[in-house]
Amino acid sequence: MRNATLRKVPTEQPAMMDSIVEVRGISKSYGNVEALRSIDLDFPRGKLTSLLGPSGCGKTTLLKIIAGLIEPDGGKVSVNGREVSKPGPERAFVFQDFALLPWATVLRNVAFGLELRGRPVAEREKVARHYIAEVGLSGFEDKYPHELSGGMRQRVGLARALSVDADVLLLDEPFSAVDEQNRRKFQEDLIRLRTNQNKTFIFVTHSIEEAVYISDRIVLLSPRPGRVSQIIEPEIDRSVDPDRIHRDKHYLDTVEEIWQGLKQYVD
Amino acid sequence: MNLFGYRVPMMASLLVWCVIWEIVGRLDLMLMLPPFTEVLQAAVGLVQTASWQSATVTTLRAFVMGMALSIVVGVPLGILMGRVKLADELLGMWVSIFSSAPLSALVPVLMILFGFGEKTIVAAVFLFAIWIIVLDTRAGVRHISPSLLEMARSYGASKWALYRIILWAALPEILAGIRLGLIRGVKGVVIGQLLVAIVGYGALFETFSRNFRMADFWALTIILFAFALLIAELIERLEAKVEFYAGARQ
Repeated sequence: MRNATLRKVPTEQPAMMDSIVEVRGISKSYGNVEALRSIDLDFPRGKLTSLLGPSGCGKTTLLKIIAGLIEPDGGKVSVNGREVSKPGPERAFVFQDFALLPWATVLRNVAFGLELRGRPVAEREKVARHYIAEVGLSGFEDKYPHELSGGMRQRVGLARALSVDADVLLLDEPFSAVDEQNRRKFQEDLIRLRTNQNKTFIFVTHSIEEAVYISDRIVLLSPRPGRVSQIIEPEIDRSVDPDRIHRDKHYLDTVEEIWQGLKQYVD
Repeated sequence: MNLFGYRVPMMASLLVWCVIWEIVGRLDLMLMLPPFTEVLQAAVGLVQTASWQSATVTTLRAFVMGMALSIVVGVPLGILMGRVKLADELLGMWVSIFSSAPLSALVPVLMILFGFGEKTIVAAVFLFAIWIIVLDTRAGVRHISPSLLEMARSYGASKWALYRIILWAALPEILAGIRLGLIRGVKGVVIGQLLVAIVGYGALFETFSRNFRMADFWALTIILFAFALLIAELIERLEAKVEFYAGARQ
């Protein structure tokens, strides 16, 4: 293993980092099951951070606590320095099962976040059309969700999250219900979007390859109770041809390294 | 239906039964059953009488009022039970009991409460129709994917917007409930009128059967059946349209 491949970051955070989301001492139990135990994490502004771990490590719970959808038993979450306990306009969520309105067209679904905020029709449709094009769905504005493939539906979900112009995008295993070919294409698009949207992404996944491929920073969570076990910053040049990244030695080494660390939790 | 390798439309089987009816009727086996053609003739004559027309207006008015009431009360009640656990526990048992109980037995009680008039008929329609609407609405609300509601919350939906989403998301089940409710409502209006016996179709049925005017009796029955099937069919069309949009429910 070469030193340049990945940089392990001590789980105690360096104080100097410009972090947009700060998680302090978050705990959550479901009955007797301890889902999360005193999680401290900082999410750097403008980066894509993945929460990676086996099922049962509480990664989705942590994401939903950050989103304000689940109330933690203890601890607090701050966004842009302000403590939050409810959903807010500075965060937007992308759902695993897309959560689109089946009775509404692509255009209305994408504009829905703005509709809920009471923006005028003309304005919200203009914004929606822009992001529909941005995620590569131009020409599908008047289709209904059930006329689209899984991959396209999730693009609608992503466009909806981008439309509300939140600082932080929270993505809960967004590609798990999408087929393999579409997932690869989608991951490439996400890398491109992250470069030109200048937003902070927090991304939950159980796929090591996916995390290494798209993340600036990977938070490894261990299960029962969910705790931060390691933070990794893969240093992969993503400006090159995406197909080359998958064969890149740094990429493969990082995937292997994480696998060796997670192996013990797999039964 | 397939017959000797040919596709025969469903209506054809109805035609076969009409022919059988005609034959049995012509054999003059019983007073109860005049030939089908005679019944049809009676129907044509019947719809031209003033008594049928006024009875139809009375019956339709009571039916529409009873149905409107059971939808206006039933849908919100179903949503409440689908959303609030306490409401579900308090009311769930009663709704299930009433939806399967022999409600005809309660119509005399309605007569005591509301008198021998239209109010009793409206109450009977309401009593027959509401429970299935409540149950189906509740099931529809329960069926909504939790992530759709989380989505609404995470994008800052107001209470009003949230309930609008719930109503739309549960619409296929709500419509199914209303369709079944309509059919039960027809039962309600007939049984109510028969027991009160001096109102609308009930009065006509009473007159016809008491005077052995069987052709008129059957004609009225057929008109009533046709009406029930027609409205059920209309709602079903609407449902199919809604299912189309709900097709991708996750």
